[in-house]
Amino acid sequence: MPFNWNWAFTWEILPKLLHAALNTLLAAGLGYAIAVVLGLILALAQRTPSRAVTFVIREFVEFIRSTPLILQIFFVYYVGPQFGLRLGPWTAGMIAIGLHYSAYLSEVYRGGLQAVPKGQWEACTALNLSPAKTYWRIIIPQAIPSALAGMGNYLVGIFKDTPMLSVIGVAELMHTANAIGSSSYRYLEPYTLVGIIFLAISLPTAALIRIFEGYVRRKLGLK
Amino acid sequence: MMDEDFSQYPLELTGDDIPMVRFSRVSKRYGALTVLDNLDLDVAAGEMITIIGPSGSGKTTVLRMLMTLETINEGVIYVDGKPLTHMEKCGKLVRADRRYLRQMRAQIGMCFQHFNLFPHMTALENCMEGPVQVLGMKKAAARARSEELLELVGMADKRDQHPARLSGGQQQRVAIARALAMRPKVMLFDEVTSALDPEVIGEVTTVIRNLVDKHNLTMLMVTHQMGFAKDISDRVCFFFDGKIEEQNSPEELFSNPQKERTQQFLSAVKEAG
Repeated sequence: MPFNWNWAFTWEILPKLLHAALNTLLAAGLGYAIAVVLGLILALAQRTPSRAVTFVIREFVEFIRSTPLILQIFFVYYVGPQFGLRLGPWTAGMIAIGLHYSAYLSEVYRGGLQAVPKGQWEACTALNLSPAKTYWRIIIPQAIPSALAGMGNYLVGIFKDTPMLSVIGVAELMHTANAIGSSSYRYLEPYTLVGIIFLAISLPTAALIRIFEGYVRRKLGLK
Repeated sequence: MMDEDFSQYPLELTGDDIPMVRFSRVSKRYGALTVLDNLDLDVAAGEMITIIGPSGSGKTTVLRMLMTLETINEGVIYVDGKPLTHMEKCGKLVRADRRYLRQMRAQIGMCFQHFNLFPHMTALENCMEGPVQVLGMKKAAARARSEELLELVGMADKRDQHPARLSGGQQQRVAIARALAMRPKVMLFDEVTSALDPEVIGEVTTVIRNLVDKHNLTMLMVTHQMGFAKDISDRVCFFFDGKIEEQNSPEELFSNPQKERTQQFLSAVKEAG
């Protein structure tokens, strides 16, 4: 079959796809916001003196990391109702992807927290700072810069994983491209455009993250 | 853990001559290794005590236990007459809980070998952190106090610099100001000049010398600077193998050591220059 690219069709579907790209960005943003907060909680919970808590959280993180995201999305959406958890595709999708990435981000935070020298903790004890203030004011601000590179990777990662949400009907980019394809029988243009849109967002984001990392380090006086 | 019996230790120290710090039969072990063995040591209010000795003799552990950075295996430490490591419960001494430790450790300040300044805060913010966040002072008051102390250590002009922009000697002086900002009764100096380049050691020792001369702080210092120890200490303790092998006034201990191990140590240090 000869290569035939239809420009008229391309311009016709582009607005639709760009609109869907907003949903993709929204899904990535919301999912990431959940993951950033929940990941920190998971990381901190693994540092509590209670061994039982640490063990449970550790196993939970390992479980999430060892099973496919797509399974987790299906599980929340299709199995959830059996436990009385009836969620729309957006809510189910955000929970699944947020939870999934929180497990990865908790590992990033954990590394960042461990990288803070022991002397910082001792200085906090010597100044008699409370444990909460020790974390929020001293340890976490120093853990963030070294965690930023990993956090950035997963921001791009979560963005690239949003197409999986199409399987439960979240109208993001992939879902829209599929719909266009199945109604017009043309797949070349929509899928190519999806690839270009992803690239056009991922590449600058990765660069921005590196700039932001340097900015944060300077701002915190670490450079 | 078995119910430990601390009945041999008083609930608090009484009498006319209460020491600012008392180690009462304190032992510290890491597994089979005994770092401190049955230590008895009194430090009077306003006294400056220097701890010297070979590495591994338990010097630093003494300070770290007093700062509650290490737990102890046996014995009780008292600060200003009240137990630090233990607390009273139903008329008996039991191991101190976190809350009691927080309350008691407010009396103690410490400076570290590697300064441990908060890198994301300026010199001034480092000094204000404790007064504002722990003592609950108003920012303006904490700032005034911190600026005064930075002035005292000769760092007022660098108050807005982050630690990364300061030399080791400057960082250590800020660290001293930061500890003093909490108004401790007891100050601990743990090898504060060991990580410094030789040419900046003087600026830190000058600050400590000033403190000794002008302020009535109780101080414990671990150092390898024998000349400095001799100059400013009221008493020098030579540690060996987790015990005080010999203690005396600096004049006596340095010029006329009684124990063989002290003599060996001092001559080895002298040879090393």
